[in-house]
Amino acid sequence: MADFLLEIGLEEVPARMIASAEAELLRRTLALLGKEALLPEGFDPLQDAKSYSTPRRLAVLVRRVREQQADLSEEVVGPATKIAFKDGQPGPAAEAFARKNGVAVSELRTITTPKGEYIAATSVKKGRSAAEVLAGEMPKEVGAIYWAKNMRWIPRETLKFVRPVLWIVCLLGDEVVPLTFAGKTAGRASFGHRVLSTGEAFEVVSPESYVAQLEGEYVIADVEARRHKIRKALDGVTRAVAGARWREDEPLVDGVTHLTEWPDVLLGNFEADYLALPEEVLVTVMRDHQKYFAVEDAAGKLAPHFLTVANIALDEANAAIIKQGNERVLKARFNDARFFWEFDQRTPLVERVKLLGNVTFQKDLGSYAKKSEEVGVIAGLLATLSNSRDAKVNEVAVGDAVRLAKTDLTTELVKEFTELQGIIGGLYAKSQGIDSVVADAIYDQYLPASSDDSIPRSKEGCVLGLADRVHTIVGMFSLGMEPTGSKDPFALRRAANSIVKILADGELPLRLSDVLSASSVQPEVRERLVAFFAERIDFYLREARGQAYDVVKAVMAAGADDLRDVVARAEAVSAARGSEDFVAVSAAFKRMKNILAQANYQTPTESGGFVYLSQDEESALAAKAVELIQTVGELSKERKYTEALAAIATIRPEVDAFFEKLMVMDPDIVVRQRRLQLLSTIVSNFSSLADFSEIVVGA
Amino acid sequence: MPSVVEKKKPLTFQELLFTLQKFWAEHGCVLQQPYDLEVGAGTMSPDTFLRVLGPKPINIAYAQPSRRPADGRYGENPNRLFRHTQLQVILKPPPERVQELYLESLVAIGIDLAEHDIKFEEDNWEWPVGGAWGVGWQVMLDGQEITQFTYFQQCGGMDLDPISGEITYGLERLAQFVQDLDSVFDIVWSRDPVTGAEITYGSVRLHEEQQFSAYSFDYADVASLWKHLELYEAECKALLERAKTTLTAENEDKLSVLRFPTLGAYELALKCSHTFNLLDARGAISVTERVGVMGRIRNLIVGVAKIYAEQGRLTAAASASNEGAAA
Repeated sequence: MADFLLEIGLEEVPARMIASAEAELLRRTLALLGKEALLPEGFDPLQDAKSYSTPRRLAVLVRRVREQQADLSEEVVGPATKIAFKDGQPGPAAEAFARKNGVAVSELRTITTPKGEYIAATSVKKGRSAAEVLAGEMPKEVGAIYWAKNMRWIPRETLKFVRPVLWIVCLLGDEVVPLTFAGKTAGRASFGHRVLSTGEAFEVVSPESYVAQLEGEYVIADVEARRHKIRKALDGVTRAVAGARWREDEPLVDGVTHLTEWPDVLLGNFEADYLALPEEVLVTVMRDHQKYFAVEDAAGKLAPHFLTVANIALDEANAAIIKQGNERVLKARFNDARFFWEFDQRTPLVERVKLLGNVTFQKDLGSYAKKSEEVGVIAGLLATLSNSRDAKVNEVAVGDAVRLAKTDLTTELVKEFTELQGIIGGLYAKSQGIDSVVADAIYDQYLPASSDDSIPRSKEGCVLGLADRVHTIVGMFSLGMEPTGSKDPFALRRAANSIVKILADGELPLRLSDVLSASSVQPEVRERLVAFFAERIDFYLREARGQAYDVVKAVMAAGADDLRDVVARAEAVSAARGSEDFVAVSAAFKRMKNILAQANYQTPTESGGFVYLSQDEESALAAKAVELIQTVGELSKERKYTEALAAIATIRPEVDAFFEKLMVMDPDIVVRQRRLQLLSTIVSNFSSLADFSEIVVGA
Repeated sequence: MPSVVEKKKPLTFQELLFTLQKFWAEHGCVLQQPYDLEVGAGTMSPDTFLRVLGPKPINIAYAQPSRRPADGRYGENPNRLFRHTQLQVILKPPPERVQELYLESLVAIGIDLAEHDIKFEEDNWEWPVGGAWGVGWQVMLDGQEITQFTYFQQCGGMDLDPISGEITYGLERLAQFVQDLDSVFDIVWSRDPVTGAEITYGSVRLHEEQQFSAYSFDYADVASLWKHLELYEAECKALLERAKTTLTAENEDKLSVLRFPTLGAYELALKCSHTFNLLDARGAISVTERVGVMGRIRNLIVGVAKIYAEQGRLTAAASASNEGAAA
């Protein structure tokens, strides 16, 4: 057995693509070795396989690979003996069969089958060497790695890969496996850090020495080791400022980890005057444009420092130069931002409303002026409806917020920092003396941007967020531009997720159907919208609320228009499924549904109560059901679903007794109909909480 | 802010340009002069946009003043210009380890890589109006973007084979970087070798920024600009129409194929593009018009790219058959 190493040397791979490509290379390598029977007994992928990456390389190391596949012998049946042999002598058919299976004619045997005697041979498929398999198959695996965006570079070849391949190292034990990919033949020559190493190739001695040798060339190949080094350095460098902390930012740590081979951290400063600009703007400049970490003081307020992660070993001399360079860039960026901030304020938001006619929302849906007008109508309806249900929404503020919501799109600051749209509008509104309810609603309008985000702080902000998004979704659906498969260019799923979250987490007394009805939708579009939203609600319950899929199915089957209600029901069902009685009742509901389906039972249009002349298990069940329907109905009205489910579970003894003693499908048609009606009444009444038959029992 | 870092006198703006041009000339580039029409980027010069089409290899470098009317700030913003200068290098096909070659060019202008933090960060380029895109990086030096590095993949809606590597240095940014300055207008353009007297970027160019910003934002006559746009477009379209009958394999008059003025058509398309930019800066293009006008210009530019490629094929075929006949 021998260790296997593959390193693909590349021109800088985009940081956002590295982690998934590294994982995919490992997955593909292990799948190939597994399929080719080259992994040893007791192989543990967590212990025996490891992957590495830097901006300039992807690598995989697998320990104890078999160097040789085992031979496979196989019994092959040939032509009938009487055809293959004439007078005991092998004919052409026997010779051909022997040749085909790589055996001598003398090695052919005769076997007896129900259809008669046939000749047979034991064909031995020689196992291939691991080196041969890897050289033949590994290039296909590398070539199949998914890249969000790739390129061609080799003339007259169709190969596409993320960036040009510069070198390949491929070793099995100490030996080179000379596989070829993208015009490069693997050897043992690799390269270290662009600047810190000599720039000359070095030879990888063995898979085992790879990581240590790279470290000697100023490359930390292990992503986690690099991330750890960066975090420690961020901590260490920040200590120079008394009481300060760097602002935690996992995506940014991730980004700089994939931008460096030998990271080091440097503290820079900016003039405290810039702190007069909104923190949101300063942090965006630092984080999104410069990949700097923000620094805050002990009170959590932004401090006039930043941290940059360099891809070089810092010493006093280069640190001073690099610091000065970064400080100058940041100063220029802050100056720009300040210039825009002051320039934009010369035209207040209220004067910008008329400029929205010149900003396209979508080419078939018109300008933002048109959108704002239409969103205003929707928001007005939603606010009025909410107030008719005692919600106390400030309708005037909603109207003002809608009117001003998109005006920041005309500002220089948003053109420069598009990711701050909404936030900038809110900041300008506040500094221009606009009512804080309006300003906050504008500020929060794009919340939640993701499932971890919170919803707008105020009801007015929620109304704006709902109206804006439903307008976009309905508009796009009406144009036939709805998401399909993995394609969702207008991020409509995200918009719908936000609507669901606002309705479920917020305090507005609105149902999904209220939101859809507020925008004028054609019936056939509405049907598609309802199906689209059902998927988003399902997603929300599973991903954001952590509900099991069967619970989600069960509660959604009982209706999902009122999001807060559906959440309450899902939580109650999840809590109840631990109870033995509830599980038994769920199983009984499934049985009832099956019986009703088999009997093809139709609920009669009119039915009286249940009248029984004698007392038996059926009358007992009916009595219990009538009692529970009333109790459950009252509890449900107060959304006391946990209690309602506990009540439903108390029907278990009556149900069990009924099924134990009685046959539903009684020969007497009157009895049969009555019993079916009883079951139907139970199922339909209790299914308003959830379709219990969907609950997976005993899994 | 006084520099805390002592350095030897950095290169002036013009020395920077000389040095980079010399570097690329020594690495086999044809040095071309700036294109003498208004363009928004060095990419739009026919030395890039058209030469990257077709199979013929070329290494070429040139400085290209690039006009972006909407970016003017009357010379009042220290980092924004109506007109800036790009040094454009086209390597078709790009040589192996072209990034190392690029880094050597930085060393040539006095940047010691061990003293700096250099990163290649993903940045892809797209010019929808030219049906063109590529993938690549922005090169970050101590947090400053100094170069765009692009592997062209498509141009005029056509796949490129071979591809080209494009290196675009932002000369003002680079000069600000090596001279360690906050304002573009403080860049030392030249230094008198005898007296040591310095001429700044501002003293050479500030009046252009002031006047052209005023022209683009305040003076340009919208009605005339629309008329120009229509005239240039009509003539370009007429040429594209004639190309349909001239640039064909059946055309026996090989000289008329060779002389067909595709380059003239391209200049007309460039004129349209610049006129559009002026109208845009003037705020004269409404939403409803915008998409439409851009589509019209795209038709011209992509149309020219297509006939350029076709003309190249026809003339190559003709010269190949001539050589065949001569042999």
